[in-house]
Amino acid sequence: MKKKAFKAALPYTLPICAGFLFLGMSYGFLMRSKGFSFFYPLLMSLFIFAGSMEFVTVNLLLSAFQPLHAFFLALMVNARHLFYGISMLEKYKNTGWKKPYLIFGMCDESFTINCAVTPPEDVDRGWFMFFVTLLNQIYWVSGAVLGALLGSVIRFNTTGIEFVMTALFVVMFMNQWEETNQHRSALTGVGCSLLCLLVFGSESFIVPAMALIILCFLLDRKRGGKEA
Amino acid sequence: MTVIQSIIIILAVVLGTMVTRFLPFLIFPEGKTPPPFITYLGTVLPYAVIGLLVVYCLKDAVFSSFHGLPEAIAVLFIVVIHKWKKNTLFSIGAGTVLYMVLVQTCFR
Repeated sequence: MKKKAFKAALPYTLPICAGFLFLGMSYGFLMRSKGFSFFYPLLMSLFIFAGSMEFVTVNLLLSAFQPLHAFFLALMVNARHLFYGISMLEKYKNTGWKKPYLIFGMCDESFTINCAVTPPEDVDRGWFMFFVTLLNQIYWVSGAVLGALLGSVIRFNTTGIEFVMTALFVVMFMNQWEETNQHRSALTGVGCSLLCLLVFGSESFIVPAMALIILCFLLDRKRGGKEA
Repeated sequence: MTVIQSIIIILAVVLGTMVTRFLPFLIFPEGKTPPPFITYLGTVLPYAVIGLLVVYCLKDAVFSSFHGLPEAIAVLFIVVIHKWKKNTLFSIGAGTVLYMVLVQTCFR
C-alpha cells in the first residue's frame, strides 16, 4: 500500500525536486555568505518550511532583536495558508497520525499537488498526500544544507529555475479547469488577485486579495449561487 | 544578536507560520461540522487559491524591466503545450527550460 502510494506520488514531486534543490541551495548559500553555520539553514528549512519566509528570516536575524515583529510578519507573509487549510479540511480528514504532519508540511507546492491531484483509485489517499509532503520537504532541506555546505562549488547558470514553481501552478490551474464546467471560482481567484495586485502593489496584495475573494463568494452565495 | 536571541527569532517565525497552517484545523476539528459557509468555501476555494498562487508567482514580473514579457511567453507556451500533450511533467519541464533560455539569452 505504501509502495504504491510512493510510486504514485513521486512523479508529481519531480519538478519540485529540481526547483527546491536549486532554490534551497541558493538559500543555504545565502545564509552561509551572511556568516551563519549550516545548522541555521538546516533547522530553519526543517521547522519553518516556508520558502519565502525563510528568506525574510535571514534579514530578521541580521537586524535588531524583535521577536514579536518576527511573529506578526510570519503571520502576514503566510496568511495564504489559512485558505489552504479551509480547502483541505475535507481532504485531510481520516488520515490519522499523518494529519499533523500533512498540516505542518503544507507549503505552496505540497498544497497544490494534494489539492489538485486525485490519486488513482487503488492508491491510499492518505499515504499519497503524506509522500508528496515528505518528499517535498526532503528536497527543500537537502537543498538548503547542500547550499550551505558547498554553495560556491557548483557553478552553472541557474537563472530562471525558480519559474518551475510558476509552471507547476499554471499546469495545476489548467488541470483543475478541465475538471469542472463551473469556472466562476477559478476566475474569482485570478480576478480578485490581479485587481488587488494593481491597487495595492506586489508587497501587500495577498491579504486584501484574500478578503476580496471571501467577499465575492459571500455575495455570490447570498445571490443564490448555492447550487454551484 | 546572540545565539539565544536568534533561536527565539526562529521560534517566533516557526510559531507564526504554524498558526497560519493549523488554525483552520483547530477551529473546525473533524468531529464538529463546520458552518455551511465554511464548507461552501472548502468546495470553491481550491479553484480560487491556485489562481491566487499563479498571480502571486508572477507579482514582480509586471513591474520588472521587461514588464513580464518572458513570463507571458513561457506561460502561453505552457498553456498551449499542456492543451496539446496533457502531460503534467512535460509541460512543467518544457516551460521552465524555455523560461530559463529566455532570461539567460534574449531578456538579460
